[in-house]
Amino acid sequence: MAQKITIEPVTRVEGHGKVTIHLDDNHQVTESRLHIVEFRGFERFVCGRPFWEAPVLVQRLCGICPVSHHLAAAKAMDMLVGAGDGNGLTPVAEKMRRLMHYGQIFQSHVLHFFHLASPDLLFGMDADPERRNVIGVILEHPELAKQAVLMRKYGQEIIAATAGKKIHGTGAIPGGINKNLSLEDRDAFLNGINGNPDLSADKMIEWSEAALALLLDYHSSHTEFLDGFAAFSSNHLSLVRPDGALDLYHGIIRAVDPEGKRIVNDVDSRDYLDVVEEEVRSWSYMKFPYIKELGPKEGWYRVGPLARLNVCDFIPSPKAQAAFEQFRAYTKGKPNHMSMHYHWARLIETLHAAEMMKELLLDPDLQGTDLVIKGERCGEGIGLLEAPRGTLFHHYQVNEQDLITMCNLIVSTTNNNEPMNRAVNSAAVAQMTGKAEITEPMMNAVEVAIRAYDPCLSCATHAMGQMPLEVTLYDAAGAVVDQQRKGM
Amino acid sequence: MSEDMNGGMDNTLTDPLSSTNLMSLTIDGQEIQAEKGQTIVQAAQKNGIYIPTLCALHADKESGLKHDLAPGTCRICTVKANGRTTAACTTPISQGLVVENDTPELNDLRKTIVELLFVEGNHFCPSCEKSGSCDLQALAYRYQMLTPRFHYAFTPRKVNADMPKLLWDGNRCILCRRCVLAIRTEEGEPLFVFANRGDKSTITVDTELIQDISEELAQQAMDICPVGAIIRKGKGFDTPFGQRKYDHSPIGSDTACSSGENKAGGEKS
Repeated sequence: MAQKITIEPVTRVEGHGKVTIHLDDNHQVTESRLHIVEFRGFERFVCGRPFWEAPVLVQRLCGICPVSHHLAAAKAMDMLVGAGDGNGLTPVAEKMRRLMHYGQIFQSHVLHFFHLASPDLLFGMDADPERRNVIGVILEHPELAKQAVLMRKYGQEIIAATAGKKIHGTGAIPGGINKNLSLEDRDAFLNGINGNPDLSADKMIEWSEAALALLLDYHSSHTEFLDGFAAFSSNHLSLVRPDGALDLYHGIIRAVDPEGKRIVNDVDSRDYLDVVEEEVRSWSYMKFPYIKELGPKEGWYRVGPLARLNVCDFIPSPKAQAAFEQFRAYTKGKPNHMSMHYHWARLIETLHAAEMMKELLLDPDLQGTDLVIKGERCGEGIGLLEAPRGTLFHHYQVNEQDLITMCNLIVSTTNNNEPMNRAVNSAAVAQMTGKAEITEPMMNAVEVAIRAYDPCLSCATHAMGQMPLEVTLYDAAGAVVDQQRKGM
Repeated sequence: MSEDMNGGMDNTLTDPLSSTNLMSLTIDGQEIQAEKGQTIVQAAQKNGIYIPTLCALHADKESGLKHDLAPGTCRICTVKANGRTTAACTTPISQGLVVENDTPELNDLRKTIVELLFVEGNHFCPSCEKSGSCDLQALAYRYQMLTPRFHYAFTPRKVNADMPKLLWDGNRCILCRRCVLAIRTEEGEPLFVFANRGDKSTITVDTELIQDISEELAQQAMDICPVGAIIRKGKGFDTPFGQRKYDHSPIGSDTACSSGENKAGGEKS
């Protein structure tokens, strides 16, 4: 008897999504889908607003990575006011924005690894949900939990010092930044916020290395699981610096195929529409981007930490570079297609962000006073950057009265839409094929596959193990055969 | 003796203070003196007593005004004068006047006015450049507005961006009339005027006259607007957090005797 399994909502991700898994008469998985069931409409309701509001308005897309949206929009506005396309700002403006962004990357990656992902890794994805949550981590690994809290705090304080607030600040403005970094703030970040040496730049680097070591240790004892779970070949896309270095703030577009061959070769971010197209499917509010030249069937790609490390040539900070070399050696220089290795890549980036924060804090340019430049105004702005979850595209057109007339946003998770669907299917096939009964660990396994991508479906979920979850089995006629609920 | 407009008795002829042109009155039980002809708001301000205003504005360096404004449009300054509710910004003082100002009843009334202003317009504070420097937002904090008691009107409002230096956003306009009264050409011609009546009331801009206004006048127009309805074009959010008007002390706290009863986060001074 054909069946349909529904997991709704998906937990420990940002926002609301649901998964449906269709089984045939023999309990074989025939199709799996990740549905994004929220409609938000930012692209429409920014129209009619003055362009300088955009960096503040669109960051409400997210409560975890608002800085990324803020900066992507600000970069587009830089183009509008004639301040270049990511390389025309004053040194203080460019470096303040970079510091803000590395603070964002750092706190977001830490949040994901410790808060969202670590319960699955520390306790196993089939552990009792009463234990498999962040409270369980706090109770059984208090030192680790404390580190996680302080690391996230450090990133958030960096954001507050550069953007004005920890969430939804206003630091980046068209053509620059509205403040520099005070010497007091700089010294506090270098030596320890409020005199606490645990909140210093060096401690962040040390703890990032420790988190990476923890993951590698886990990998050594769970190699088969981490390498095989939801693994599949794909293209990978990200921005890189023109010399091939990992650059999370600005770069050119590069993509590689499953073998590592370049299929998008260093395209200017302003020409993103020559590279990427989006497909609409009836069952999801999220579009499906693909590389235009390859078409929707062959051109879908992954973004985010795994993709970035597959695309770049090197990482411009020494400790992260050493970790990157180990990461690349594991797949003998070829692209890494193992979804669970997103966690590995994410922690290498966490270490890189920690190193970059220290490097920037030591740069006297941050105390400069030349904050904003403007040039010749134009009617179109495009801003791309690498958000924690992947490449972020912001594109605006503005009329002569300064009001936005068109907005196109391709957010990181949208780029990962097709891969996440494939990851869901891979996990479902592995967990549910031939099974007549749904168990909580089976459901969680599907969610683990999604969580690896750290999707940002919006910003409304929690991780207390009480999120309402309903899984329903339907027969071919639509009748309910079985139903499991938790937290409802 | 003659009866004044509030029903109070004008004692100026017999009052010994009349020779100095001063009058005695009480606000919330505190006896104060103020000059004859002043409004209750002016008298309170002079004596360090806070009465909230949105449309009324005192003349000072910060406002750039030579004369106080008292349009009487917003009614947030509603007090009880000799037992009758009235707008304090348009009511002149009288000898012996008894004013109730900082009372739970009146503060709840003021909170209601703030709520009505919020639901009647489309005040999207998070993306507003005036956020943190907005008098309406500051009053919402002062009166601890959490969620409005009234349904949102979702009134369709226009945005006028046909001016080279300014943008007027009808979504945030509270029709206070400050811009109508204060922002004028050197020849005294108004740049902003009221149009229509009742719930169709709006502000229209003389788009011809406003083309050539100075940067200073454009900035004054933005500064004098108590909300974010008048915004400078081409720049924005250049005041960082921590340097905005109400970042460190809530509205009214600069008035010496302002009550802290309903003041969120403010120090009674």
